[in-house]
Amino acid sequence: MKHRTFMWFILPSLAAMILFIALPIFSVFTQSFFVSHGQVLIETENCGPFGCKKEVTVDVDATKQLNMENPLGKFNGFKTYTNRNHLAFQEVGIAWNSSASIFSFLKSLLNLPFYKALLFTITYTFCVTPFVIVIGLFIALGVNSLPTILKGPTIFMSLLPMIVTPLIGALILYWMIDAEGIIGATLQKVFDDSSLSLKASPSLTWIMLMVYGVWHAAPFSFIVFYAGLQTVPEDTLEAAMIDGANRWQRIWYIVVPYMMPLVVFITLIQLMDNFRVFEPIVGFSAQANATSLSWIIYNDLRGQDVQLFGSASTTSMLTILGVGFLLIPILVRTWRDFNTKTV
Amino acid sequence: MNIKAQKRPVILTLILVMFVTLWLIVAIFPFLWTFWGSFKVEADFFSKIDWKYSIFGIRTLAETGYNFTGNGYEGAWIEQEFWRSVINTLIVVVSVVVISLTLGTLGGYALARSGYRYAFWLLMLALIFRAMPHITLVSGYLLPFFQWNLWGHLPTTIIVMVAINQPFTLWMLHSFFLNIPKEMDESAMVDGCTRFQAFWHVIIPVMWPGVITTGLFSFLLAYNDFAVTGMLLSQENQTMVPKIASFLGSTTVKGNIMFAVAAVVSATMPLFILVVFFQRQIVSGLTAGAVKG
Repeated sequence: MKHRTFMWFILPSLAAMILFIALPIFSVFTQSFFVSHGQVLIETENCGPFGCKKEVTVDVDATKQLNMENPLGKFNGFKTYTNRNHLAFQEVGIAWNSSASIFSFLKSLLNLPFYKALLFTITYTFCVTPFVIVIGLFIALGVNSLPTILKGPTIFMSLLPMIVTPLIGALILYWMIDAEGIIGATLQKVFDDSSLSLKASPSLTWIMLMVYGVWHAAPFSFIVFYAGLQTVPEDTLEAAMIDGANRWQRIWYIVVPYMMPLVVFITLIQLMDNFRVFEPIVGFSAQANATSLSWIIYNDLRGQDVQLFGSASTTSMLTILGVGFLLIPILVRTWRDFNTKTV
Repeated sequence: MNIKAQKRPVILTLILVMFVTLWLIVAIFPFLWTFWGSFKVEADFFSKIDWKYSIFGIRTLAETGYNFTGNGYEGAWIEQEFWRSVINTLIVVVSVVVISLTLGTLGGYALARSGYRYAFWLLMLALIFRAMPHITLVSGYLLPFFQWNLWGHLPTTIIVMVAINQPFTLWMLHSFFLNIPKEMDESAMVDGCTRFQAFWHVIIPVMWPGVITTGLFSFLLAYNDFAVTGMLLSQENQTMVPKIASFLGSTTVKGNIMFAVAAVVSATMPLFILVVFFQRQIVSGLTAGAVKG
C-alpha cells in the first residue's frame, strides 16, 4: 500500500487516538505540576468600641479572577509528587528510620494513601491473574469432555459473568454477601457468629474483591483455552500415545506447550485489565479497606468540595509509569521477535 | 474428536464434570437470585432469618398482598426516571458503535495491508494506549472540558469513548482483515478499482462477520463503561451505569434499595439477550486475537 493511501485510511482513527489519548496524557503530565489556587484572603481590621479585631475574609471576586486568568492553578513542581498523598518521601523516610523491622515499616507504609492503593492494586493484579488462568483451563478441559449437546448451553451460562457490566456484577455479589443477604447470612449461621461481616475486616474485603475478579475474568480465559483445545494437533497426540506416553506426559509435553502462546496472551490482557481495577471497589463500597490507584484518582476528581486536579493527575502519571513497567517485558519481547523476523 | 488419545478414565471425567457443574452454579446463581429477588420487597430480598423467605416471598405477600411485586421497577423507572438513562445509553452506545466501526475498518484495513515498519509501530502504540487505565485519561480531560464548556454533553462522551475504544477496535479488525486474501483487493485494483473502491465493494462485503463481532465488543465496552460516563456526564445526561451508581448514594431509605436492584436487573437484560443471539460471534471475537498468537 502506498504511503499516501495508508495515511488517508488511518487518519481518522489516528486523529481520534492522538486527540483523546495522547494529548490527555500530555495534559495529565502538565496538570500534575500545578496545584489549584488557594482562596484569596483579605485581612481587615475592624475597630469598635472594645478595641480592634483582625478579620480574615475570602475575596470571592479576586479568587474568581485568579482562576480565570490561570485555570491550571499555580506551579508546584514536583511537590505534589513528594507530598503525603503521593510518594511521601518524608513520611517514608521517617517510617524507615523509626521502624524496628521490615514488617512494621510495611505497616506504617499502609497508612499512606498512595502506597495503600499501590499495594492493593499489585496484590490484586498478581493474585487474580494466575487464578483466572488455572480456573479457566480447568473449565475448558471440563467443557471439552461434555457431550456436544450440553456444550452450547454451558458456554452460554459461562459467558454471563464476563459480559455483565463490572459495576453491576459487583453490586449483585455485594447484595448477596451483605450480612442480611443470602451468602452473608448463611456464613453467619455456619460459623455461628452473628457479628461476622465480610465487609468489616480488611483481609476479608481483599479476598472478596479478588473472588469477584476471578469470577468476572475466568470466562475469558475459559473461552480462549477452549478454542485452543479444539485445535490441538491430534496426530501428534496419537503419535505420542503410540510411543508410550501416558496421559500426563501427553498433556505436559504436547498440550501445554501448544497452549503456551494462549497463556501469554491471557496474561497480557489480564495484567492490563486487572491493573486498572476500579468498579468492584465502588460496587462493593470497599474504599475503607481497599483502594486501588484508579479509585484514588476517581476520588480526587469527584472531590467532595473541590476537585483536586493536580493530585489526580499526579497519581495518574504514577499509574501510567506503573503500566509502563508492566508492559516492558512484552514490548521487549515483541521488539526482539520483530527484529529476528525482518533480518 | 473421538480418537483414542482423547479418551479419559471415568474418574477423571467425573471430577471434571463436577468442577464444571460447580462453576456453572457459581456463574449463574447470582443472576437468578437477583432476578427473582427483584420482584420482592426489601425485607424478603435481605431476609436474614430464613433464605426461604425470599424464594416464597412471605413478607412480600404480607406487605403487598401478592407473591410478586413490581414496586422496585415502578420506583426505578417512573419515580427515579430510569427511562431517561435508558434513552441516553441507547444514544451513546449506538453512536459509539457506528463511529468506532467506521474509523476502525478504515484504519484496520490500512494496517493489515501495509507491509511497512510504521504499521507495526502503530499497532504497538495502540497496544500501549489499550493498557492505559481509562480513569487516568479522564483526569486529563476534565479541566480542559470544563474550560471549554464541553463537559456534561452526550457528544463529548461519545467522541471520547470512540477514541478510547479505537486501539482495541483496530487490533481486532486488523486481525480479521489479515484473514482475507490480499489477492481479492489486488485483482479488483487490476480491474481498475481505486484502493477505496476495492475496500468498499470487494472487502467490506466479505468482512461482515468480522465487523459484526467487533461491533459487539464496542457495544459491550460502551455499555459497560463507568469511568468515562460516570465522570463526563452531567446529572440529566447520565447513562444507566452511573445512574445506578447514583442510586446507591441515595437509597439508604428503606425500600429504595429495591429500586437499585430493579435497575440492575433491567440493565442486565439486554446483555442476556445479546449473548443468546450472538454467542458464536462473541466466542470467535475472544479468540480472534489469541489463536493466531
